[in-house]
Amino acid sequence: MSLLELRGISKVYGEGPSEVRALDNVSLRLDPGALVAVMGPSGSGKSTLLTIAGSLEDPTEGEVLVDGVSLASMSRNDRARLRRRAVGYVFQDFNLLPGLTAAENVSLPLELDGIGARKAHAIATETLEQLGLADRGVHFPDQLSGGERQRVAIARAVVGERRVLLADEPSGALDSANSEAVMRMILAACKRGIGAVIVTHEAQLAAWADRVVFLRDGKVIDQTEPPPSPEALVQSSHLR
Amino acid sequence: MSIRHALLGLLSEGPKYGHQLRQEFEARTGDVWPLNVGQVYTTLQRLERDGMVESDGEAADGPQKAFRITASGHEELASWLRTPPDLTTPPRDELVIKVLVALAVPDVDVHEVLQSHRRYLVELMQQWTRLKEDEGEFDLPLALVVDAEIGRLDSIIRWLDAADGRLQRASAEPARSVNDTPRIRRRLAVRR
Repeated sequence: MSLLELRGISKVYGEGPSEVRALDNVSLRLDPGALVAVMGPSGSGKSTLLTIAGSLEDPTEGEVLVDGVSLASMSRNDRARLRRRAVGYVFQDFNLLPGLTAAENVSLPLELDGIGARKAHAIATETLEQLGLADRGVHFPDQLSGGERQRVAIARAVVGERRVLLADEPSGALDSANSEAVMRMILAACKRGIGAVIVTHEAQLAAWADRVVFLRDGKVIDQTEPPPSPEALVQSSHLR
Repeated sequence: MSIRHALLGLLSEGPKYGHQLRQEFEARTGDVWPLNVGQVYTTLQRLERDGMVESDGEAADGPQKAFRITASGHEELASWLRTPPDLTTPPRDELVIKVLVALAVPDVDVHEVLQSHRRYLVELMQQWTRLKEDEGEFDLPLALVVDAEIGRLDSIIRWLDAADGRLQRASAEPARSVNDTPRIRRRLAVRR
């Protein structure tokens, strides 16, 4: 069963002559451990796709299934709980709370779920360790570099039982070394069984994904085949 | 790709044998450019003829023969390292030409042509990126080659994206004749 499935999603804003079809019959499957990138120019519907996948917004048509269960069939409360517990978000501008340390930022969603502060802190620290940020837990966001802040935001998005990571331009304005660190971290989360969808207009970021889906004018127009092994690439290259 | 200068570079560390040069060349270029031993010996002979390397002499021809860089070899190497590659003239880029031709062909959707190239380039980039994933086995020369390839592919994809946007904007404007294309070429002085 896939973690997340979008079936025939359309999203229309406005009515009559001012109607805008942001998404048009988009389908997408996300399996555990998979990293899917959605690539497209600005205005192609990438961010709308992500907010609908995370149930922050309802589609006009089609359905979103999490673990095979349609969101439309759930009560408001169940959906809210699912959104909090199963899905993590990463935005371009990190969105860490400045008054909390890195570890407190990561444990916050757990505490909001009703987990006791001590236990939540232990889980948060463990997640930071697993993602190579063990020594950053006690620092406040303004004591971290941009790259570190974004990696803490990713830790927060995948902490606890969260199985779906949704990231909108996750490397934002970071330089290439930091973008790479962010993508390595998302991959590490995927190796732990999390499924991730990143939307980006940057090919270098999308290239980390197992599958790249191309969006244009709200439609999926194309997608990549799974890449062959690196060995095949080196053997096929030749002296130029 | 200058094998000649790469060999001079390796010899600048000290005398080496032909087969050793081949191994080191491949290792130092991230094993991305295979080189056969025949190319190595032919190149060494030419370098010797030009006075840039010297060997142990006539007697020890074959795998036992060690080569040394000479003073003029050092000079040649130093000047090559600092000579910029020729980037002044736009190359006859096959992809650019395909897109320009696509514009002139009736019933061809240029955006679809652009997308088929974009997909292929992203797939290639995925393969190179995969090489980066396993950092443990990763060596510095290979990392540099991978960065260069990803950067090169990225710039082509950026051009496709820009072309896509430009064509979309142009389609909203009144149609122009395809005869504009040669004029643009003349203006850029692209070599024929």
